[in-house]
Amino acid sequence: MNIKAKIIDEDGLKRTITRLTHEIIERNKGTENIVLVGMRTRGEFLAQRIHEKIKEIDGSDVDLGVLDITLYRDDFRMRLKQPEVSTTDITFDVSEKDIVLIDDVLYTGRTARAALDALMDLGRPNTIQFCVLVDRGHRELPIRADFVGKNIPTSINEEIKVKLKESDGEDAVYLIDISKEA
Amino acid sequence: MPLSSRHLLGLQGVPREDIQLILDTATTFREVLERPIKKVPTLQGKTIVNLFYESSTRTRISFELAQKRLSADTINFSKSGSSTSKGETFKDTVKNIEAMKVDMIIVRHESAGVPQFLTRISNANIINAGDGRHEHPTQALLDMYSIRERLGKIEGLKVCIVGNIAHSRVALSNIHGLKSMGAEVSLCGPKTMIPKGIESTGVKVIHNIDEAIANNDVLNVLRIQLERKAGSTIPSLREYHNYFGITSERLEKFNRDIVILHPGPINRGVEISSEVADGPYQIILDQVTNGVAVRMAVLYLLGTKN
Repeated sequence: MNIKAKIIDEDGLKRTITRLTHEIIERNKGTENIVLVGMRTRGEFLAQRIHEKIKEIDGSDVDLGVLDITLYRDDFRMRLKQPEVSTTDITFDVSEKDIVLIDDVLYTGRTARAALDALMDLGRPNTIQFCVLVDRGHRELPIRADFVGKNIPTSINEEIKVKLKESDGEDAVYLIDISKEA
Repeated sequence: MPLSSRHLLGLQGVPREDIQLILDTATTFREVLERPIKKVPTLQGKTIVNLFYESSTRTRISFELAQKRLSADTINFSKSGSSTSKGETFKDTVKNIEAMKVDMIIVRHESAGVPQFLTRISNANIINAGDGRHEHPTQALLDMYSIRERLGKIEGLKVCIVGNIAHSRVALSNIHGLKSMGAEVSLCGPKTMIPKGIESTGVKVIHNIDEAIANNDVLNVLRIQLERKAGSTIPSLREYHNYFGITSERLEKFNRDIVILHPGPINRGVEISSEVADGPYQIILDQVTNGVAVRMAVLYLLGTKN
């Protein structure tokens, strides 16, 4: 793995989460109608952190769910490896709610497209807002995020690697070079 | 990790990891079945034919629902009302259906080995929905899923299959599947209903139902198959019920937790009393619900495998 730069460190991530949480609360004029949905796997952990932060700021315990979008992917026919399906865990009713959908990286927008379809099958939410830690550009679909931790313009020979303590043992965001070595 | 085969013909020789993968994947689809919109777009554009040469209620409806909930296009074929009555051979029928570009064939047939034969004449993924007295793998998978859902595991459990083993494809698939998952399997029934040499599959045979109830965690009670002339192997249905029928009195005598499965359709008052069939020990309707999830898992794993 060829690391080009560490873009966000542990303290930076903490501040980013705090800022995103404030933005979410501000946009929704409180937390009353909000539910959080994290996308497996790292979006789930980010959602948990935002959930904690909301509790800290506002004292409220908003509903938190996890979404698995495997069944909604558009690349089944093209992939060599069969994706492993995991379970969606949303035990509350999303109808009439303001869903904040949370993921780590926004890239082509295809995952977000799948997530929107998946959420629509669960009910008719009032709004769906999209929160990402990193937006790296190169969209292939007309999708944008409502809350962005950091905009990082990248080339297609680069990759964004988000690491979180829950899954990777550290909190950091790296810019990786994946171009073939000259 | 994908399945090791592109067909599901039976559970004999299927590795434990594959069974585990199917059961784990079924958990995902079980959740989909609880949603207000019970449908996901995963198999969009796939065409599946249900080729049923033998009557079926549960299995056919279950497969069809599983296909529809995965957004596949489905075609149903049944023997009556088809060109089979005009003398078209099985092979020609299949060749013609395949010429219409189908991706998967679900087959039920009164002759053992038909699914195997299909894999040689067709490029589609083949799923066996019951062939003669041979195997009925998705039934055994949903039985195992239901056992695992109720008891949390399969490994180490004692499971007894009760009834007409000789005429039963459900029994054979269950024996292979349960053995490979690490359960201890025994069979219980009158001698005339237990095939000779079945012990070679590694199961114990007993002929006393009280012993079976006393020593097992799970009873899988099979149907006495009147349509396959099971009647000629026992003096009367009433006598069968007296000696092997599962009744509340028998269960209460041992006063222990036991899980009772039945693949349906039930002959009430023959292999199982009405009271037990509707009582607290049975999970018969859970099996039916789980059947859709398990079949979705099999269709998904085979249909998206490259």
